[in-house]
Amino acid sequence: MNRLLPLPVVLPLLGAALTLVLGRWPRLQRGISVVGLATTLAVAAVLLVEAYRHGPVVLAVGGWPPPVGIVLVADQLAALMLVVSSAVTLCVLLYSIGQGQADAGESAPVTIYHPTYLVLTAGVTNAFLAGDLFNLFVGFEILLAASFVLITLGGTEVRIRTGSTYVVVSILSSMIFLAAVGLVYAATGTLNLAQLAQRLDALPDDVRLALQLMLLLAFGVKAAVFPLSAWLPDSYPTAPAPVTAVFAGLLTKVGVYAVIRTETLLFPDGQVAPLLMVVAGLTMLVGILGAVAQSDLKRLFSFTLVSHIGYMIFGVALSTVAGLSGAIFYVVHHITIQTTLFLVAGLVEIRAGSTDLRRLGGLARLAPLLGVLFFVPAMNLAGVPPFSGFLGKLGLLQAGVADGGALPAALVAAGTLTSLLTLYVAARVWNIAFWRSPRLATDEPAVRLPALMVGATVALVALGLALTVAGGPLFDVTADAAHDLRDRTPYLRAVFPAGTP
Amino acid sequence: MSAGGAGPTLVLVVIVGVLVGCGVSLLLERSLTRILLGVILLGNGVNLLILLGGRPGVAPVVGTGAVEEMSDAVPQAMVLTSIVITFGLTAFLLAVGYRSWYLTGDDEVPDDIEDRQIIRRAERDEVTTEDLGGEGADADPEQVDPEPARRRLRRGEGVE
Repeated sequence: MNRLLPLPVVLPLLGAALTLVLGRWPRLQRGISVVGLATTLAVAAVLLVEAYRHGPVVLAVGGWPPPVGIVLVADQLAALMLVVSSAVTLCVLLYSIGQGQADAGESAPVTIYHPTYLVLTAGVTNAFLAGDLFNLFVGFEILLAASFVLITLGGTEVRIRTGSTYVVVSILSSMIFLAAVGLVYAATGTLNLAQLAQRLDALPDDVRLALQLMLLLAFGVKAAVFPLSAWLPDSYPTAPAPVTAVFAGLLTKVGVYAVIRTETLLFPDGQVAPLLMVVAGLTMLVGILGAVAQSDLKRLFSFTLVSHIGYMIFGVALSTVAGLSGAIFYVVHHITIQTTLFLVAGLVEIRAGSTDLRRLGGLARLAPLLGVLFFVPAMNLAGVPPFSGFLGKLGLLQAGVADGGALPAALVAAGTLTSLLTLYVAARVWNIAFWRSPRLATDEPAVRLPALMVGATVALVALGLALTVAGGPLFDVTADAAHDLRDRTPYLRAVFPAGTP
Repeated sequence: MSAGGAGPTLVLVVIVGVLVGCGVSLLLERSLTRILLGVILLGNGVNLLILLGGRPGVAPVVGTGAVEEMSDAVPQAMVLTSIVITFGLTAFLLAVGYRSWYLTGDDEVPDDIEDRQIIRRAERDEVTTEDLGGEGADADPEQVDPEPARRRLRRGEGVE
């Protein structure tokens, strides 16, 4: 079974090479991308079942035994992330193919789009599967390098302006991460996560705290946690819709995944839990207040994206099984929903000519399907029952109440307020863009939205609804994953069956 | 590296400090060229820092010397990878800076336009977007909508 493990990384990379070579045959290029990502999704699903039934799947790359060579590990958390991320990337790929066929104008994907997109996927999956701190860094770099190309696609003035902010901030966070990796190695003499878990325990408290804070700083920038989040709303909205969608869905969540992994496996003592809680609360409130002030759909969604990262950090900070379980569920929910909303924003842009709320109106009458496609995920994001957003928030708030203390209670209050404000923001967009008297930013006759784009969006909306229907079983999986994370032993025993050297 | 294998020399530690310090202060600039120089310095500083984490000694090749005297090969391998990565990122940043200069005539990173608009509106205490339907008293969407909406739809169908 563990022979399947490298496939989610290798398949997209191979696909990237092939699509680059076959750049002159767009049809072939598209076929290869779709087949590659579909296979990745299938492999990820198999891995999830395997990890759920028999515990973490481990592969020593190249046959080198663990402390010397690097390992790929798919425990339940990693496998679950793999499944969701490959499903979402596949849908966004179909959407972008649909967009490419619709307009041959400026925004049409160039030849480089498919290879870069596949490399980005490979980076994401590599980060999820990494069982080694340096390999995690490499995964981050792969996805960052690909994202640099995607965010400046076409090299127009606007994209270069916003892209340069993104590039510089990302490089800085990588440097911090790299320095942290070097210091961790200097302190412990290893980079294997399972071995680190033991050796870090033996370090003096203050050294461990310094290493932990440095890693958190690096991941905090990538996850867009409040004081480090200002770059995100400035840089995301200008990229092409599918690119923004996949960035919003996946890239910040890779940062959250890294936070979950390090906080549970490497630093399980909860030394920084109060700090994380304060930061989580501020992320929620500042993010959503930013969203209230926005007048552009994409920027507005970028702010809700930042805001809802706070929920996940809250769950991690609780560091109870219930909290972690809620956080993992929320990550899964949020990847799907946030991506969907950005795809819908892309559809709105095509239909109405703009995503500027001042120039939109009455879309619910002009394009009823678009109205439904926006309404369902927006209510889902706001946490209206019975959607998965409600289930995730409920899980987190319950975990917060169960924890007792004053700080978790304040966080529960902040979380509820954020949920209400999200509902306000969603209702505001609905009122302005979909409900008031019709107006469009363009005078051109209505174009029929490409079936593939609408289909991909519908598929993601359906996936979001499926998360609601399958909420119970999904919570079982996340609770089980959270259990394993708290225990640490399943991970350690899977990597070192004969005991940690 | 110190000769006795007793750990890093002070000189190297100071070099790391100076490189990182200069890099960070250059990163705070607005011009992409200076940021680029900052990234290069910072990257080199961090790479040296990684190298300091390993044990110094003779070349880690089996058969060339006593195993106890060999240097630690892992940081060296890491540094090789990270040099390549830093190089790639620097090249990309250079390309972005050049493109920015090509398009706008300078390579300064300006403030975000939307941000500035929202700040201006906040200073004047204006609402971002009207929340209450259309403009004016006769724009109640429930009353005036059906006609313009239908006309729009017919025109769309006529073209297709």
